[in-house]
Amino acid sequence: MSRIKEFNLPDLGEGLTEGEILAWLVKVGDVIELNQPIVEVETAKAAVEIPAKWAGQVRAIFHPEGTTVEVGTPIISIDTDPGAGPLDESTTGTPAADLPTPSAASLAAVEVAPSEGAVEPGLIGGPAPGGRTAVLVGYGPRTTAAKRRPRKGGVPAQATSAPAAPVQPAPVAPAPVVPVSPAPAANGNGPAGGLVLAKPPVRKLAKDLGVDLATLTGSGPLGSITREDVQRAASATPAAAEPLTVAAPATAVASFGADREQRIPVKGVRKLTAENMSRSAFTAPHVTEFLTVDVTRAMKALDRLRERREWRDVRVSPLLLVAKAVLLAVKRHPMVNSTWAGDEIVVKDYVNLGIAAATERGLIVPNIKDAGRLSLRELADAMTGLVQTAKAGKTSPADMSGGTLTITNVGVFGVDTGTPILPPGESAILAFGAVREMPWVHKGKVKPRQVTTLGLSFDHRIIDGELGSKFLRDIGDFLADPEAALLAWT
Amino acid sequence: MAKGDPGVTSRGRRAAPRSRKGATGDPQLVQLLTADGERIESATGPDGTEYRVDFTDEEYRGLYRDLVLVRKLDAEATALQRQGELGLWASLLGQEAAQVGSGRALRTQDMAFPTYREHGVLYCRGIDPIMPLGLFRGVDQGGWDPNEFKFNMYTIVIGAQTLHATGYAMGVHMDGKTGTEDGEAVIAYFGDGATSQGDVNEAFVWASVFNAPLVFFCQNNQYAISEPLERQTRVPLYQRAGGFGFPGVRVDGNDVLASYAVTRHALDNARLGQGPSLIEAYTYRMGAHTTSDDPTRYRIASEVEAWQAKDPIARMKAFLEKQQIADADFFAAVDEQARTESVHLRERVLDMPNPEPVTMFDHVYPNGSPELDEQRAQFSRYMESFEGSAH
Repeated sequence: MSRIKEFNLPDLGEGLTEGEILAWLVKVGDVIELNQPIVEVETAKAAVEIPAKWAGQVRAIFHPEGTTVEVGTPIISIDTDPGAGPLDESTTGTPAADLPTPSAASLAAVEVAPSEGAVEPGLIGGPAPGGRTAVLVGYGPRTTAAKRRPRKGGVPAQATSAPAAPVQPAPVAPAPVVPVSPAPAANGNGPAGGLVLAKPPVRKLAKDLGVDLATLTGSGPLGSITREDVQRAASATPAAAEPLTVAAPATAVASFGADREQRIPVKGVRKLTAENMSRSAFTAPHVTEFLTVDVTRAMKALDRLRERREWRDVRVSPLLLVAKAVLLAVKRHPMVNSTWAGDEIVVKDYVNLGIAAATERGLIVPNIKDAGRLSLRELADAMTGLVQTAKAGKTSPADMSGGTLTITNVGVFGVDTGTPILPPGESAILAFGAVREMPWVHKGKVKPRQVTTLGLSFDHRIIDGELGSKFLRDIGDFLADPEAALLAWT
Repeated sequence: MAKGDPGVTSRGRRAAPRSRKGATGDPQLVQLLTADGERIESATGPDGTEYRVDFTDEEYRGLYRDLVLVRKLDAEATALQRQGELGLWASLLGQEAAQVGSGRALRTQDMAFPTYREHGVLYCRGIDPIMPLGLFRGVDQGGWDPNEFKFNMYTIVIGAQTLHATGYAMGVHMDGKTGTEDGEAVIAYFGDGATSQGDVNEAFVWASVFNAPLVFFCQNNQYAISEPLERQTRVPLYQRAGGFGFPGVRVDGNDVLASYAVTRHALDNARLGQGPSLIEAYTYRMGAHTTSDDPTRYRIASEVEAWQAKDPIARMKAFLEKQQIADADFFAAVDEQARTESVHLRERVLDMPNPEPVTMFDHVYPNGSPELDEQRAQFSRYMESFEGSAH
């Protein structure tokens, strides 16, 4: 039996893949007893103390506090027989060493979760295509980032940014992040206490146009918001009404070191997004096409919809019509709703419609299951529900998996279009740009019309230019004249 | 047969001498040992039944030893889970007295239906404490013979065992094994959360109308995972029994003596053919629901501290010391025994063999079945489809 034992982070809660080192309760050189608490680890389920598996002397601690460690990775090594004299050269580790190096096996385990490379690719427990770990049943590691709830006096993300820092016992809670409050109105007579001043008809107009009053600076008396303010906002970034901007990532307040550089550890949603984007970008050959459409009629149709009694309490947005257009176009071109699976193409009879959303946690793409079967009203409710869930930070991994086709609403950011990257496993993604009032040739004359640009990226392995173009054209036709398209297609 | 009528209970309704109410000031709580270790001679239940115990010094010491051992073994299992040796563990920390008191009240012929937390009752039934660890390590299904030990398998489904127990108890009654001093009784364990389950309420109905010799033993540990008691019930749980037509009593679940007295009385009623009853053992889960849970997210430290002061072992120790029933040597010996047994338990857990996955088909039916054989064959082919498969 080896005298030096490395303790691997266990799965502390039925299918977890990682945990964060909150606090070390022992330090290098300490003599510890069996079951003495050695470290506090927080997982997605709980913050727990881990008791020592062996009695002995702490020889090395491999990860500082604040580090997120994958299950199966060595976190501490213990000399189980410290009284037996010194070890050979590699093991004379100075007890005072701040952050000793783990053995080669430990380092390998950091790179290749969850085991030490003993398992061949494709086998249970071994690496599988796409960087996942193959498992027989249960929760698949890796593709869903573990979420953890914030704790009181939370440990800062910055704490993880110094891998070379010495291991210190129990870091003091960092300076709290001061919430950035909006600057007061420049004229000094802005509304106090965060209350937005606006007359009821203006509020109604804002609601109809989907403008969030809290985002406007009022030009009226006492800083109140006027009808003109609302209309200006609506025409500048009409899609600002879009419910899908959940919250601007407010974490941009950087703390720069002396070198005027900030190092942000890549983890969580950011890490997952990066993995997915790189994988998709370098496996699926993307083609992007654009189409500019006069959506004036569609906007008017939306207005009429809002006026209907039974739609009074429903959130109606241009995105709803875009989603409907996509779903109807898919019915006409089912091939776009498919997956490239190597030696076969999987075409799906159901559309799990993904809606990309910016949240405080970063980009997430929850999807509406079997959206093609929903009525317009059901679709509107599903989209509202999806947003509220995302806003509350409660989007579950199940909500985010299984998407078949996605819409990204870049219009909310006031831009016209983009060349979106396909979510892995999907073959088409539509970018919906801002709806702007633009000069447009209408019935032989140049008139101000509501115009938007659609951008469709598709996987060229499956979708040829002809199919992609027809699909995009159908979406455009629907948005140009929804009523006619509904009559013609359904 | 008017089971709600206390006139028919065997020892109830005597003109009991006025006895002290529980030290908590809660008149509903049957208590024989206060949190400070002060002995109360007798306590009166809500139906007038007088509860008392008369143990020898040796028996008192035995109960203390049970409590300490059960807690220590449970702590070792929790540690083993944290060290990656068990997939999960449901700790009984804080509920030792309710389990040891009721477990020791069982007679040899009585049958128990546990949840997945009854490690203390299991211990009292004479089952090797390693048995549930195999289940939570995922290497076997529990492993003890329910008929041999008169202790059913752990039931994970919340409340389901109360129906199993009701059916079993009805069978006992129909077999004519009740009605004498040596009759047979059945006990069903469950928690406060389970009282909201349909199964438990159905069991109440059936046990009541069929006069089943069954004791419903509810350990009210105040939380159904994270859901507090006030989200479970608007009336004290023991009062639920009245609506179903059988007696209910609330006992201090951190008092091993009262837990014993109340359970023994209810079991004796059952074995004499007087039907079911409900015991609400009022206690507190000091640890997490399971090792996958973090109780600091839903309850406050001061609440835990308040219950810490009611610790079942500390009060028993104080009592033994005050009455000079046990000395320091005894306490040291018990601690040493607990340490030895927990180390032994750990060693045996680490030595548990990992069974081949295909053996999961072996114990479904005593003699197999064609369908099962086909499933086994399919599964074997599947396992062999992996590269490097040894078989």
